[in-house]
Amino acid sequence: MWKTIFRRILIMIPELIILSLIVFILAKAMPGDPFTGSINPRSNPAQIHHLMQVNGLYDPWYQQYWNWVVHLFHGDLGTSYEYQEPVTTLLMQRGANTLWLGIFIVIMMYVIGLPLGIYAGRHENKLPDHIIRAYTYITMAIPLFVVLVIGIWIFAYGLNLFPTSGSISPTANGFWPSVFSRFYHIALPGMLVALFSTVNIVQYLRSEVIDAKHSDYVKTARAKGVPMKEIYRHHIFRNSLLPIAAFAGYSITGVLDGQIFAEMIFSYPGMGLLFLNAINYRDYTVITVLVLIFGFLNLMGTLLSDIILAVVDPRVRVE
Amino acid sequence: MDKPNSSFGSNISKEELEKLEKQSEEEAAPSATRIMWNEFKANKPALISLILIAVFILFVMIASMFINVPNMMQTNIMNYYAQPFSANFWLGADAGGRSIAQQLIVGSRNSIGIAIGLTIISSSFGIAYGLISGYYGGLVDLAMQRVYDFFMIIPYLMTVIVIVTIIPHYNAVTLTLILSLFYWMGTSRLIRSRALAESQKDYVAASKTIGTRDLKIIFGSIMPNISSLIIVDTTLSFAENIGVETGLSFLGFGLPLGTPSLGTLIANANDPENITQYWWTWFPAALEIIVLCLSISYIGQVIRRTADSSQRVSDKNKQ
Repeated sequence: MWKTIFRRILIMIPELIILSLIVFILAKAMPGDPFTGSINPRSNPAQIHHLMQVNGLYDPWYQQYWNWVVHLFHGDLGTSYEYQEPVTTLLMQRGANTLWLGIFIVIMMYVIGLPLGIYAGRHENKLPDHIIRAYTYITMAIPLFVVLVIGIWIFAYGLNLFPTSGSISPTANGFWPSVFSRFYHIALPGMLVALFSTVNIVQYLRSEVIDAKHSDYVKTARAKGVPMKEIYRHHIFRNSLLPIAAFAGYSITGVLDGQIFAEMIFSYPGMGLLFLNAINYRDYTVITVLVLIFGFLNLMGTLLSDIILAVVDPRVRVE
Repeated sequence: MDKPNSSFGSNISKEELEKLEKQSEEEAAPSATRIMWNEFKANKPALISLILIAVFILFVMIASMFINVPNMMQTNIMNYYAQPFSANFWLGADAGGRSIAQQLIVGSRNSIGIAIGLTIISSSFGIAYGLISGYYGGLVDLAMQRVYDFFMIIPYLMTVIVIVTIIPHYNAVTLTLILSLFYWMGTSRLIRSRALAESQKDYVAASKTIGTRDLKIIFGSIMPNISSLIIVDTTLSFAENIGVETGLSFLGFGLPLGTPSLGTLIANANDPENITQYWWTWFPAALEIIVLCLSISYIGQVIRRTADSSQRVSDKNKQ
């Protein structure tokens, strides 16, 4: 098993290098340079050349890439040209917001998905199963951003139940009020994204439960006289829990993409919104770091899932 | 080889042979297209949504030919937020006095066109990739799966946005090609697992022994054998792909400015004034996407059921 994990981590390294190279080249290929925004009629061209030189923007690309990587390993992600702040500071603020929203989404996905999947599998081909399957088809088919727009229209603008923007209200002071305010701001976008992302969990768990119902260990347990309820709780559920937990890693990509939409529609100041702003201002440093971070999170997610699956399922292991 | 056949044939008259042939045809399993057609005939809601979608796409394609797009996109302050359901403006007008109904028709044509193009390109590539990877197995499979893994960790929404901002002049065709780069993985994964199982079967081994070329086995024998899976997957990805371009246009990085898309229409909702007071500027487009995606994915589900003989509705009615 350690061999599998070791091999999996080794594969990760070239992936990360290629990703960073692609991201860097893409960011460099963007039109305009970071100083075009600050040029005014009185600015001196020589001064701008000097700024470019100091910031190393005239160096060959591989030199710039190398500098960037070296700085990256020193924890220096550069300065945002738009916000005039170190990218690390920006990320600390925005990253925390995105993290809260992301954690909330993943927890809600499981809170909604687990009972639905087990219930559907248990009552296979009966009415509740049909309803749950209809729910998964519908949520799978409708694009998330349409749902979010309609959600903010009905629940935030129409019924005034939730805030339409921001991550925390400026009047929230003290620990509990600010926690509550944060939660209040992420509740609607988080619930909507979670409700429309459960399809994989529900479908996987449903088929898992249906398979397990006909397996030998369930038959044995029934023959022993264990009540069905206990079998579901202690045998079937436990067996399918770990592979389902492993899905959390794979679902990171989808959650992060959904979060960009959610953050934009709900003006939630997270990394997704930061990215969209950075694109509009041609803020290279921020763009590069953000794409790299999202890629890195995807990578860690799949790594985590693969490791969990290797622990659970001996067939996946490499000998 | 020749002799027994000719002596045998002389005993049977021509009419009898034809009769026998007809009989065997009747007894043989019906073709996949035949089954599909029967299923649609038996399942009225599916037939209705199929016809509706076909008619709608035809209508949008033809009607948009009669609309002068540059004319339509011209600002006319006299019609500022014209009310819907009036003689000139069936669905009202937006802040620029542009007719929403006309934008909706042209936008649907653009969005559906891109979704079709994206589905054809990305699915063909994904199918070929999955088939080759699954058929050859071994080192080829290993290498191809590494590439697949790498594409999976790329944050594709962000990367597409970055690429779109880099390219100075792009149109619907380039956008489709860029998107296709990142949306073939799901298909390839599905097809690969089936091709892997299929390549172990006897008919493939038999073909190999005769000396049939690999490519001929892959695309001549394996592909037709998993055609039902391919059709289902293509239909479902079509429904999904409608959300891809519209989502990107919604964020402001899809079709270039001045080219209406369902996404840019929904983006009207980003303005708090539009979303609260002028619902007609964005809601019809949102509704259209929902209906379109739901019906296409419903059709996909019906086709999936036809592939699985135990779930066919048409057979159940017969019994």
